[in-house]
Amino acid sequence: MKSRPRILAASSAGVVLLGLGLTACGGGGDEKTADGAGFEAAVGKVVNPSDKKGGTLRMAISSDIESTDPGDMYYAWSTNYVRLYSRMLLTYASKPGDEGRKPSPDLAEGLGVPSADKKTWTYKLRRGMKYEDGTEIKAKDIKYAVARTFDRAVLRHGPSYFSNVLDAKGYKGPYKDKNLDNFKGVETPDDYTVVFKLKDPFTEFNELVNFSGQTAPVPQDKDKGERYGLHPISSGPYKWEKDYQPGKGGTLVPNSNWDQSTDTNRKQLPARIETIAGLNAEELDNQLLKGQIHVDLAGSGVQDNARKSILTDPKLKAQADNPPGGFHWYNPIDMKVVPNLECRKAMVWAADRDAMWRAYGGDVGGEIATSIMPPDVEGREKGTDYYTKAEKGYKGNVEEAKKSLAACGKPQGFETTMIYREDRPKEKGVAIALQQSLARVNIKLNLKGFPANTYTSDQAGSPSFMQKNNVGIGTFGWLSDWPTGYGYLWALSDKAAILPSGNVNIAQIDDPQINEAWKKSYTTVDAAERAKLYNMIDDRLRSQAAYMPNVYAKSLLFRPSTLNNVFFHKGFGMYNYSTLGVTQ
Amino acid sequence: MADKSKRPADMLDGAPTTVEEPGRPPTSFLEVRDLRIHFPTDDGLVKSVDGLSFKLERGRTLGIVGESGSGKSVTSLGVLGLHNRRNAKVSGEIWLDGNELVGASPDQVRRMRGRNMAMIFQDPLSAMHPFYTVGAQIVEAYRIHNDVSKKVARKHAVDMLGRVGIPKPDRRVDDYPHQFSGGMRQRAMIAMALSCDPELLIADEPTTALDVTVQAQILDLIRDLQREFNSAIIMITHDLGVVAELSDDILVMYGGRNIEYGSVDDVFHRPEHPYTWGLLGSMPRLDRERSERLLPIKGTPPSLINLPQGCAFNPRCAYSELTDGKSTVERPELRETAPGHTVACHMAVERRRRIWADEIAPKL
Amino acid sequence: MIAFILRRLGGAVLLVFIISAVTFLIFFGLPKLAGTTTDDMAARFAGKSPTPEALAAIKERFGFDQPLAVQYGNFVKAAVTGDTYDTGVEKIDCPAPCLGYSFRTNQSVTDQLVDRFPITLSLVVGAAVIWLLVGVSIGVLSALRRGSLFDRAAMMIALAGVSLPIYFTGLLSLAFVVHQWGLLPPVSYSSFADNPFKWASALILPWITLAFLYAAMYARLTRAGMLETMSEDYIRTARAKGLPERTVITKHALRASLTPLLTVFGLDIGLLFGGAVLTERTFSLKGLGSLALDGVVGSDLPVVLGTVVTASLFVVVANLIVDLLYGVVDPRVRHS
Repeated sequence: MKSRPRILAASSAGVVLLGLGLTACGGGGDEKTADGAGFEAAVGKVVNPSDKKGGTLRMAISSDIESTDPGDMYYAWSTNYVRLYSRMLLTYASKPGDEGRKPSPDLAEGLGVPSADKKTWTYKLRRGMKYEDGTEIKAKDIKYAVARTFDRAVLRHGPSYFSNVLDAKGYKGPYKDKNLDNFKGVETPDDYTVVFKLKDPFTEFNELVNFSGQTAPVPQDKDKGERYGLHPISSGPYKWEKDYQPGKGGTLVPNSNWDQSTDTNRKQLPARIETIAGLNAEELDNQLLKGQIHVDLAGSGVQDNARKSILTDPKLKAQADNPPGGFHWYNPIDMKVVPNLECRKAMVWAADRDAMWRAYGGDVGGEIATSIMPPDVEGREKGTDYYTKAEKGYKGNVEEAKKSLAACGKPQGFETTMIYREDRPKEKGVAIALQQSLARVNIKLNLKGFPANTYTSDQAGSPSFMQKNNVGIGTFGWLSDWPTGYGYLWALSDKAAILPSGNVNIAQIDDPQINEAWKKSYTTVDAAERAKLYNMIDDRLRSQAAYMPNVYAKSLLFRPSTLNNVFFHKGFGMYNYSTLGVTQ
Repeated sequence: MADKSKRPADMLDGAPTTVEEPGRPPTSFLEVRDLRIHFPTDDGLVKSVDGLSFKLERGRTLGIVGESGSGKSVTSLGVLGLHNRRNAKVSGEIWLDGNELVGASPDQVRRMRGRNMAMIFQDPLSAMHPFYTVGAQIVEAYRIHNDVSKKVARKHAVDMLGRVGIPKPDRRVDDYPHQFSGGMRQRAMIAMALSCDPELLIADEPTTALDVTVQAQILDLIRDLQREFNSAIIMITHDLGVVAELSDDILVMYGGRNIEYGSVDDVFHRPEHPYTWGLLGSMPRLDRERSERLLPIKGTPPSLINLPQGCAFNPRCAYSELTDGKSTVERPELRETAPGHTVACHMAVERRRRIWADEIAPKL
Repeated sequence: MIAFILRRLGGAVLLVFIISAVTFLIFFGLPKLAGTTTDDMAARFAGKSPTPEALAAIKERFGFDQPLAVQYGNFVKAAVTGDTYDTGVEKIDCPAPCLGYSFRTNQSVTDQLVDRFPITLSLVVGAAVIWLLVGVSIGVLSALRRGSLFDRAAMMIALAGVSLPIYFTGLLSLAFVVHQWGLLPPVSYSSFADNPFKWASALILPWITLAFLYAAMYARLTRAGMLETMSEDYIRTARAKGLPERTVITKHALRASLTPLLTVFGLDIGLLFGGAVLTERTFSLKGLGSLALDGVVGSDLPVVLGTVVTASLFVVVANLIVDLLYGVVDPRVRHS
């Protein structure tokens, strides 16, 4: 997933003084912590389970929703949120713990069934599923929804997996080619069967279908192209009362044509769900802590001031959770800019892991990383530390770094540029920590900050920029599309993932062993076998010093006591939204 | 200045200092007694006017001359009571037509301003409000002291403009100051000052901002109007030429004090103070080449916070050695050297007159 | 007079064109200098790991690959004659002045401007009333009691007001007034026409916050203007005429010292109508300012252009109105 630039950027506007005021206002002191279920209570189990209906659920976000079109969204919280008004073929099970990571049937009767060559995947639709207007959902609507994602000029934000993997040679999408029969990537032999045709074998196709909103059915005659997102047709428990207003928000009301008995992953409890976009991040936290807002949609945790208030006030802390959000903040080392392995090793050896971890806020901010894949990825192994130690207090190894430098032929050190997002104090902190620790072995890092809104496209995401400006290392954060090694690692490591813009294989690693492992994984049916391959790739990325592990981020999430059915969802890395209720 | 008991007892009426008892109403129309106007500042006490006394009768004109900073304008504003009581310390007595002004309430003085005493300011462009028509400003001045309708007041304003010689006054009355020429503006200013028939008119450099031909017209106008209204006029200027044209008596100020006082004839033809000589010497005269001019006053006006010891003029005086050493020690007192002519100088009277006759007068 | 207004309006149109052209150049030219390719620009609008085909499609959609002059020409043409907008499914008519459709939200920029302006208008008008009343009165009193305790205290507070940034005073007042003491409802915007009381009560805090800054500036300006005016010759003349002090101050001094304030006020109002960015952002008000900021942060060219053009129009028109008013207030600059 893209690394939520707009959301995190807002945290830099913190006003330290406010923390004091808020601490004072929350500090009831002598009151019993009656209404807080306890710190970390929503990790692994459900807090305030209730089927009480009614009330208004208020959600807010400090930026804006990227798009309300189920086919045109990519952020984890968007695909969490979209489940309120859209059903898909498959979706994550709405369950706490590891079960939440797994695909489960939604509109489909069961998971997709692959052909022997893993190139054809067949899904059977449940019967009698309806849109908000009462018309039945048919297979062709899902085919149409998938066809839409082929037009990258219209649906720009969403994942492009379908257009990459489906066998639909030359198909340009339903806007340029109005005849849906020309789309051969999906076949609908009858109204309740959807068959996907793949170019190449792919074993994680269920995960692919499961993770996004792109299989939410779209009736072709209701499609408004780019503007469909302003009022998407509902198939879920809620429907849009009026058009969504970008930058402002919108309201969801119950959809009477949704049937609870067919849907185990959603509830229809609040009488209204109001979404407010563009609420100042500090103000959002203030209202969240007072229970005026129930959910911070972005799900990446509170800002620094609220963090201080929560951690210093037992009553507030009892309403908070501090789980890993799925992000790994690591440091890619560009192998085209620093081609010699020994030189890259020297950089890793010299890195002060303790200072880098502290830059992310220490214990509450995250865990010191070992593997590139974060812990919640299925089958992930901790892995060996290469050229470093993932330990608190580890300040790097200057001796080893000097040896590597000598082996690299640069005992006198070298100079390269390090980039980071200037509006993110934590990334800046990491950059400074690295600059200082690498200076001990005469590796001179020239720090350069860039705005978050262009960082992933123009700078870190542009190999030509990196090479032209001698950028050897950067900061980056990554969240997997789906919690498997493929979902996390592919874009970082496959040769085919290197792109001219918006590139995520920032190390520009093109390693025969890794490329081979990827190829092999596409036909490996057994998930455990695939996990082995993924762990091998992860190991290779570190032994090649292509990526320097840093911190697995933990979010500090707050759940007001009036919020029901709250639990941390491992698939989304935040609270699950589709089952929430409120007590007025 | 020395205290009052030390004043020479032989002063004549019309002299700048007086023997009359303080607090008793005088017989003169305007009498200023021992006026002191001091401004406390962060740097010290600025003694702008320090013990000034003079008298003035109706129909007569007193010219007050001196360099900038000599205290002449401060005196005129003091008479009108225009100093801010918070930053100016005013003491002494000002008797106008039997009323004492220094001790009167600000509101009493205000009521007399404009009606009993009025002022013509130096630069009519800045002295008139740019946003109001000339007529409106005259109407305002008139109505504040006369309970009349706007219509009547406006008619009066037109009359006044006509009387000061503004053509088509009924039309120009609605013009703004910037639409008037410099001379016309000063006429309008005079019309405004005279709108309530004030008995005392103070003109502070009324012609300085005007070109020469217009200057003469304005002076003529003031003279004519004085005749008509029988006002007393105080003419404040650094320009002796203006004084010569208009005044009956002249008061020469230096460092906040009176240093020579006399009739126009006395001061122009028999001046006895070296500073007065300097003023006369720096007077532009049409009948002379400029290069022949003599006696420009050297140096700069004294600081009003720390006046020089002894005679305030001594550092600039070419004759200070001729005072038996007194000039740097003792402050010269005003002494009458002829009836109605008083001078404050340490030099012996004969010596002064000889220097004037032998050295100064021939060169003027 | 009419000719004067027409001439000025003509100049305004020209200026707006120049400003939009410069905005265009900044939007495309500066990143280009920094090494940004059109692929990079397209990638800002694409999801993760965009394929070259996806980037090509986006470039074509937004016209990034066309020469700048052509892109700008299209913008001007749409603004003057209108345009049609292709959603992929249908063609929507976008009548002049069509400022295009947002790259991010696919909404008509003109509609968004119209939708958001009332919020900025409410914010700015309310604040302006407060800051004029408070700032001018404090400035006058300070000038009249120059050096007094009141003057010193007022000027100290005014200095703080000018120096403290809005996101500081705003967040502080929000934290205390709304969250800790609960004196006011959370800030929001509702239509004045629906419920004037609700409209006002939910906007009081941003009004005061914005007004605090400007009241501080205006108090200082008024005080300085008053002091200058009070030492003018015509004030002495007014006193010499025997006018009561009250008349001297209200009729003579105030009018003259407030006139220069008119220019400042016109410019301030014009600028703020274009968006009170910090205040809107701090109080989460969805006015033109937050729209502009969203546009800039989101590389959303049509929104950036739309808000910049609107803001510059406001400034130009406000200037024109000030000039016309100046002629009414100050006879010296009256136009024949």
